[in-house]
Amino acid sequence: MNPIIRLNEITKRYGGLVAVDEVSLTVDRGEMFGIIGPDGSGKSTLYKILATLLKPDKGTATVCGFDTVKDYKRLRTMIGYMPERFSLYQDLTVEENLSFFASLFGVSVKENYDLIAPIFGQLERFPSRKAGALSGGMKQKLALSCALIHRPEILLLDEPTTGVDAVSRGEFWDMLSTLKRKGITIIVSTSYMDEATRCERIAMMNKGHILDIDTPSNLVAGLGENLYNAVSDDMFGLLTQLRSMPDVIDCYTFGATLHVVGSNSFNSDKAMAKLLVSGHKDVKIYPAKGNIEDVFIKLTRDERE
Amino acid sequence: MKENDNVISVKGLTKRFGDFTAVDNISFDVKRGEIFGFLGANGAGKTTAMRMLCGLSYPTSGDGYVAGCDINRQADEIKRHIGYMSQKFSLYGNLSLEENLKLFATIYGMTDEEIKASSKKLFEELEMDSMRDTLVKDIPVGWKQKLAFATATIHRPEVVFLDEPTGGVDPATRRKFWELIYKAASEGMTIFVTTHYLDEAEYCNRVSIMVDGKISALASPEVLKEKYHVETMDEVFRIVAKDAIRGE
Repeated sequence: MNPIIRLNEITKRYGGLVAVDEVSLTVDRGEMFGIIGPDGSGKSTLYKILATLLKPDKGTATVCGFDTVKDYKRLRTMIGYMPERFSLYQDLTVEENLSFFASLFGVSVKENYDLIAPIFGQLERFPSRKAGALSGGMKQKLALSCALIHRPEILLLDEPTTGVDAVSRGEFWDMLSTLKRKGITIIVSTSYMDEATRCERIAMMNKGHILDIDTPSNLVAGLGENLYNAVSDDMFGLLTQLRSMPDVIDCYTFGATLHVVGSNSFNSDKAMAKLLVSGHKDVKIYPAKGNIEDVFIKLTRDERE
Repeated sequence: MKENDNVISVKGLTKRFGDFTAVDNISFDVKRGEIFGFLGANGAGKTTAMRMLCGLSYPTSGDGYVAGCDINRQADEIKRHIGYMSQKFSLYGNLSLEENLKLFATIYGMTDEEIKASSKKLFEELEMDSMRDTLVKDIPVGWKQKLAFATATIHRPEVVFLDEPTGGVDPATRRKFWELIYKAASEGMTIFVTTHYLDEAEYCNRVSIMVDGKISALASPEVLKEKYHVETMDEVFRIVAKDAIRGE
């Protein structure tokens, strides 16, 4: 174990709001670590603390062995940070943005170009286009290039793929895998649960605290719920009716089917019979395999109710 | 075709910016009460198409009607008959829940009495009656979404345009939002929605997939999955959108 990040009971308040509540975690060198949670869960605050941009109210954070408060100057050269909002200069061109960030860190674009080549290469067609005039996916690639140009040890990516289509998201994650192979530690947050499975470990966050940290497969294996798929000719009616059944703990949409969380006494044959009597057609209820979304829904269920 | 069956009907809709054709001769109809998913890769032309449908920009060529209004001649009239909500901008954080609702209702030309009656009903339905005076910036994201949807539909539009309404939202909250959509659709409202979460595409009655300015696929999720021999809309999207040239 060689943690590159250690958070020890980090708390951050904004007035009466506790944005991050006693969060402790470690991230190993070279790890692809995911932070999964909704808007307002405290992810971005945590990122700002790691990026030395915010001081925690309580607790300590060290990155590469340096304290994020005391050694912030040193640390900033070792971190590449891509904030949630597009933060490049909209009225500078693609090329100008890149050389601006390189000069801030005292490096030349040329010396580190090999690192960004697979990403920046796709922007080379329009070096003189203003950053503000790029499409969403292009902006994201430029922002990633600028975050990498000083060859950081750690890459902090705060929701890099929000608003990005499925095909481009896949390509983005392929690029991250390439960077990981070059030894860069990557902390990435997302609200897309399919992306969570591409991380080695994930922390699930909600309302400022961590619900669980583990590998995606362990989290799914530990789901431990009596889970079924359900379909009928009237999916919305089916949802309402299944929810009203006493031995159904939860029921929610899941793509083309519904997921039903049954109590121990749940019997799918009986439930189907009941639904058929009340007018549903083509009813099917059969065991389902859970995934990360089911885990998140389970972990936040108590807080919702 | 009966005039009332389609809330949106466009033919040969095209938008050019200089020599760039953002929307390239698209034609489609959206039926009353339908949940219509408008999918596409980034840069495919969705936003440009949606702006024309909402009366925010005129087509370079092509014809169409939205909520009975001509998109070439009645752009201002369209805005009164539709609702619009986006994840990026929809509510004022420094106004209370009630003030936000009132602001939008006033913009839509509702009278004080109408506003009073419908906001009372809405807050009860949304179970947010005790929160009316809370500032929007202080409420959780799920509530913001409910309120944003309420403000976009308070004037009972024939069709509501939802532009990535669930971007950046957790799985539980996203699902709750879709239940609002289902409910509104079951009450006869037409829903025109964009999303990058492809499980949400499964909840639509029909979806279109735009690629490089054109509509490359348009059918119900069942028909599309059968056509491409796959199990999920996620796979359909990846097949249809993978050859996009200008995407990203």
